[in-house]
Amino acid sequence: MKNIIVIIMVIFLGFAAQAQEKKNKNAKYVTEVNGNCEQCQKRIQKAAFSVSGVKSAIWSIETHQLSLVLNEEKCTPLDVKKAIAKVGHDTDQVKASNEDYQNLHTCCLYERR
Amino acid sequence: MQKTITLFVVILFSIPLFSQEKLNEVKVIKKQKGIQKSFTVTGNTTVITSKELLKAACCNLAESFETNPSIDVSFSDALTGTKQIKMLGLTSPYLMITEENIPSVRGASQAYGLSFTPGTWVESIQITKGAGSVVNGYESISGQINTELIKPINDIPFFLNAYGSSDSRFELNTHFNKKISDKWSSSLFLHGNTRVAKTDMNKDGFLDNPLTKQINILNRYQYYNAEKGWVSFINFRYMNDKKQTGELDFDPNKDKGTTNYWGSEINTERLDISTKVGYVFKDQPYQSIGFQNAFNNHNQQSYFGLNQYNIKQSSYYSNLIFNSIINNTMNKFAAGLNFTYDKYQEFVNVNDYSRIDNSVGAFFEYTYDNADNFSIILGGRVDNHNRLGTFLTPRLHVRYNPWEKGVLRFSAGRGKRSANIFAENQQLFASSRVFDILDSNGKIYGLNPEIAWNYGMSFSQKFMLFGKSADAGLDFYRTDFQNQIVVDVLQSPQQVLFYNLNGKSVANSLQLEFNYEILNHFNFRSAYKFYDVRTDYISGNYQKPLQAKHRVFGNLEYETHIEEKGKQWKFDYTFNWVGKQQLPNTASNPIKDRLPEFSPSYSLMNAQITRTFSGTFEVYVGGENIGNYTQKKAILGSDNPFGPNFDTSIVYAPVFGQMYYAGLRFKIK
Repeated sequence: MKNIIVIIMVIFLGFAAQAQEKKNKNAKYVTEVNGNCEQCQKRIQKAAFSVSGVKSAIWSIETHQLSLVLNEEKCTPLDVKKAIAKVGHDTDQVKASNEDYQNLHTCCLYERR
Repeated sequence: MQKTITLFVVILFSIPLFSQEKLNEVKVIKKQKGIQKSFTVTGNTTVITSKELLKAACCNLAESFETNPSIDVSFSDALTGTKQIKMLGLTSPYLMITEENIPSVRGASQAYGLSFTPGTWVESIQITKGAGSVVNGYESISGQINTELIKPINDIPFFLNAYGSSDSRFELNTHFNKKISDKWSSSLFLHGNTRVAKTDMNKDGFLDNPLTKQINILNRYQYYNAEKGWVSFINFRYMNDKKQTGELDFDPNKDKGTTNYWGSEINTERLDISTKVGYVFKDQPYQSIGFQNAFNNHNQQSYFGLNQYNIKQSSYYSNLIFNSIINNTMNKFAAGLNFTYDKYQEFVNVNDYSRIDNSVGAFFEYTYDNADNFSIILGGRVDNHNRLGTFLTPRLHVRYNPWEKGVLRFSAGRGKRSANIFAENQQLFASSRVFDILDSNGKIYGLNPEIAWNYGMSFSQKFMLFGKSADAGLDFYRTDFQNQIVVDVLQSPQQVLFYNLNGKSVANSLQLEFNYEILNHFNFRSAYKFYDVRTDYISGNYQKPLQAKHRVFGNLEYETHIEEKGKQWKFDYTFNWVGKQQLPNTASNPIKDRLPEFSPSYSLMNAQITRTFSGTFEVYVGGENIGNYTQKKAILGSDNPFGPNFDTSIVYAPVFGQMYYAGLRFKIK
């Protein structure tokens, strides 16, 4: 029994350690964020930067792609998506609440999917 | 609402399209503006694009600012035809002039350096008013002018420009470009210009324009590897410039060094080699490192009548810059080191002023930009110079957009430099003035370094007027000298005095600007400028000589719609009104060699017409000084050039009258 626990713990910690090593301080990540205009761009980028660990955030008005460089030790792409949804913009994983969406300026009311 | 409008526009445009049997190809070409002003850049920077440069078809960097209100262009003397630029009421030595961010016009090349870069080589010019960036050095006081040359990687295979003018100046520019491999590109620029005929429109027995010959060759290589993040430039450049001026009958072979006839020759040979290497970190596009190196050898051999002036400058400049972020890209910084070495071999007649100057410095510049309506650049550097000592250079720039299309800017900074009194004032050699340096305790010619603070504010607003876009701007800058090398021509017409400032010296500059698109393709640009440049001289506090207090600038440009195959007409007209200027003191001269205390005001007009026949061929004709305004008495004592009253340096207006030119441009794309 004791041995099993030790083995499990070793395996568990071992994996954790391995996962730790893989964490990239400059991880590049591209995701789609819904939006329309220059105003959206400012809002989306500002929201992304509000997440500690985000080093660079560029949202393209044409392609709606958000290019991120982030420190995986401090945050995950999901954290960023949550922050962006909170200011009213839908992402693939996190949708904005209706209330947040309605708070957007008229020119930013993108078509929701 | 937005959608409804879009739908309406779509329908409106669709109908004519439907009615056509065959759909024509629709190309959306964004019109490039000649002068670009950003609302999001922190510094008060104007970008002059190559399109704007085509308006002043001739010839070199000094002449390319004539359609821009931020910079004033004037003649430096009545002999050499050299154009001098001023910003905020201060002459070019107080500007940092760089070529691709490497200091270019400085030291020995101060007087003629701007005429050593042909206009066709230039891709764009960035003009920053007020304190510059600390990255390039500590010398800039009133502003910074950076020239970007055409990049080999974007260049067209062949370009030709031929030019001829009624003052018998001819110019030829050819550019060749070759892609050596997918990563290496190379350009070869050849430039030659000459003025062959002697002209004397004002009948004073002196050439109005010098006889000239210039050969200028630039060969550059660019390496670009996007995958690995490496960029590199290597430039080789050779220039040979010869000017002869003076009396019509002057023959240098016979009369040099004699008093038969008065004449002058200025021969300059220059060699430049510069390299740049840049690396962008692979997974961090916001992090990069750059290393610049420049070596140049400048050799000017000249005489002005019986005055000999020779200066040779061998320089090395190197700059290492690291760019990165703190936390995220809203907080950027640049840090680095630079090193300069200048060996001057300078001879004024028999006096040897040779010296070696060197400095090492470290800089740090922090930029905060909230990616919206506010940004700030805070820079500082510390330098150790063998003559200027160890000193700090702080600089600050702030930008704020209080509302849409409006921008408010503030800048402040310190600059320090050693004045090259002979090189910067060499037009005074062409006079009977005796050079006197009144101080002897300083480290450079017995004088102290110049130190100044510059601060300024500007506001600019874009708006719609009668359905067309307009913008208006207002800026105010002030330069306060802690020390200045005063060049005093107010004491006596037979002397020029150099001394350390004792008292106050300030330059205030106010500019009002209004630009308007009157009709489609028809633009109007205007500016009013007020300069109050005052210095405490030995004889009292005066306005700086040869600097107008009031100036008015206007420019009209009109283009026809681009027709099939790129056929187009372009018209351009520039107007300058220059107010009265304080003149050097000539009161003690005999009556015929006296000038009034102030010059009269006058106006100048330039115009140009360009006809584009296709994307590959165009011709242009133009005129300068169409109103034919000239300064009546340009050379004092011209009847007795070796006498005590001879002076060619008091020039407040053009010496040469109307000038017309024509030229062609041919491209292979």
